Amino acid sequence: MRELKILAVVVALTLITYWGVEPFAHSQMHPHVDAADYQFKDADGLKGMKGNAEAGAALVQANCIACHSITSQSFPPLMDDKTSAASYGVVPPDLSSAGKIYNADYLAAFIKNPAKAAKTEHKFQDGATHPMPNYDWMQPQEIADMVAYLQSIAPKEMTNKEVFADACQRCHAIKYGDMQKGTMAAFTPDENIKAYMGKLPPDLSQYIRSRGESYLHTFINDPQKHLEGTAMPRVGLTADAEQQVITYMQEVGDSSKADREALGPKFLIYLVIFAIFAWLWKASKWRDVH
Amino acid sequence: MAKIEKANSLGEWFDQRLNTTTFTKVMMTEYWIPKDINFLWAMGVLLAVTFKILVITGIFLMMYYKPDVNLAFDSVNYTIMQEVAYGWLFRHMHGVAASVIFLIIYIHMLTGIYYGSYKKGREMIWISGMLLFMTFSAAGFSGYMLPWGQMSYWAAMVITNLFGGIPLIGDALVVWIRGDFNVADATLTRFFMLHVFLLPISIMAIIGLHFYTLRIPHVNNQTSEDIDYDAEAEKYLAGNKKESKVIPFWPVFISKDFAVLGIFLIFYFYLVFFHYNFAMDPVNFDPADNMVTPAHIYPEWYFLWSYEVLRGFFFDIAGFKAFDIGLAAFGFANVAFLLLPFLDRDPDILPAHKRPMFFAWFWVLMVDLIVLTVYGKLPPTGANAWVGFFAAVVFILLFVALPILTKIDAKKRGA
Repeated sequence: MRELKILAVVVALTLITYWGVEPFAHSQMHPHVDAADYQFKDADGLKGMKGNAEAGAALVQANCIACHSITSQSFPPLMDDKTSAASYGVVPPDLSSAGKIYNADYLAAFIKNPAKAAKTEHKFQDGATHPMPNYDWMQPQEIADMVAYLQSIAPKEMTNKEVFADACQRCHAIKYGDMQKGTMAAFTPDENIKAYMGKLPPDLSQYIRSRGESYLHTFINDPQKHLEGTAMPRVGLTADAEQQVITYMQEVGDSSKADREALGPKFLIYLVIFAIFAWLWKASKWRDVH
Repeated sequence: MAKIEKANSLGEWFDQRLNTTTFTKVMMTEYWIPKDINFLWAMGVLLAVTFKILVITGIFLMMYYKPDVNLAFDSVNYTIMQEVAYGWLFRHMHGVAASVIFLIIYIHMLTGIYYGSYKKGREMIWISGMLLFMTFSAAGFSGYMLPWGQMSYWAAMVITNLFGGIPLIGDALVVWIRGDFNVADATLTRFFMLHVFLLPISIMAIIGLHFYTLRIPHVNNQTSEDIDYDAEAEKYLAGNKKESKVIPFWPVFISKDFAVLGIFLIFYFYLVFFHYNFAMDPVNFDPADNMVTPAHIYPEWYFLWSYEVLRGFFFDIAGFKAFDIGLAAFGFANVAFLLLPFLDRDPDILPAHKRPMFFAWFWVLMVDLIVLTVYGKLPPTGANAWVGFFAAVVFILLFVALPILTKIDAKKRGA
């Protein structure tokens, strides 16, 4: 009985200390931010307007493919990554999957005014302009048509890795994704992306561990929430696409998770058996002395 | 030469050459331990097992780790964690054990303080134990730096900088410790050597010393009763096991240790598999960047209390710079426990609940250590800074007051 009391004291003091240096300290160091908004309510979006994909096809071909490739529709990139990064500052995204991975309202808002939708207006002051021009001179219906077209050509299914590549890899490398071959380097060469963003965007290999899943969700949804003034744009991913990005980061950065979860219970069962035998042995030895 | 005859068994063969029968008696079956102990006395065995886990997993990690600033981070986070079969298991076992061993050390240490196990003939047990604590701290710190993560890099920067506060030789000492003007490749390589060779070897040697120091004064017990070991051992050997106040180390004492160990290992492996990240700071999964300082720099949890004593003095007092006062207080915090046997002026060995003033002292110390630990991690701004300051002052006053308090206890008891 006395020993149980001592154990209770030891456990209580340990838990108080643990609570202080983990949950409590982290709540003090990382202030709470609002939940992610996947509706992008603040963006100047479609406002319920329906678009016509056929009309949109002509508009996209007339306005977008001068810079953007749409490989799935036989509009290949006009330049290699290095040259296009040198021309635009950053490699423009291929639009094949844009209709799937980005929220429709966000896409519309982005076409109208990219810097505003991406919340990076602070970066484009004093004559500096976003590499993609504003299309707010277009009719709202025309913009809705283009969004409808992008959605109509988007693939139904994409792998986690494809979503990551389309959404993040223009700027971010994730070298553990393919350590041997180097194919997971950022598309935009280091010197261009550094000039464009102000600093080299971090390699994301270990971000699932250094930031954690819940931080990544709120961060990707709106980078300004956690890092006010950051050059990283709000990319406008849908909830599903964002989940795929984070799942990919998990597969790359924490690839032993499945092994760990499979092996853990076996270890614990073995140890419970060990503990039972140890207590029986103890009881048999101490019976003689008490 | 000893008389060697043809042996009838392997045991006998060894016995004739190594005197194994006597050796087992002295070391195990007739090494007497008081019967009146609780599970806190099993902490020594838990520490031995945890240290063994650290050594074995460390050897496996060393096979793949690269002590080079360009390779270290990836060798840990990619090679060991993702490519090597069960590399993740060895890393998590090593990382969690490194943290848990400090928890057990603190329990072991505070148990010793509570029951007065550092007094009257047991000073060397205490001093060798504190030496172990210091070498473990050095091992923990040098190992923490090896993955070359952002927090460990800056922690190394801060800790090595502290030596700059030592008068006259400070600046030169910092460069000497780092092997460079900055925390850089030379620092990493030498910390690697310290962590995998010099410190573990020293720890093993001091563990030997620590065990040896127990031999003559014997282990203390729950009531701190002074036992006549020869008389009690005789009773036990004569078969009066229930009457005897002592038990043999093997198998009676160790059977209890094993039972406690069973529970401990469940807890430990639960952490390894399901909560390994409690021991790993997330910031340390960013590679070290000497151009960007983390928002807050703090050490691992087990150093927080002494870090807060260092940081607690945040303003200049009477012409002394805050940094110098903090450094002096930090130095004091690190030797205060070592001096405990000499600061406690009570001539008797008694558990804390039989010494009223000391009992209060012990619990104030406990609370103060927890407050220091928690505030050591928080940003030192506003009210936090003041809590840290008062907790640091209380810590120092506790050790200054100890000789007086223990004297009062003894006087009241009429000792």
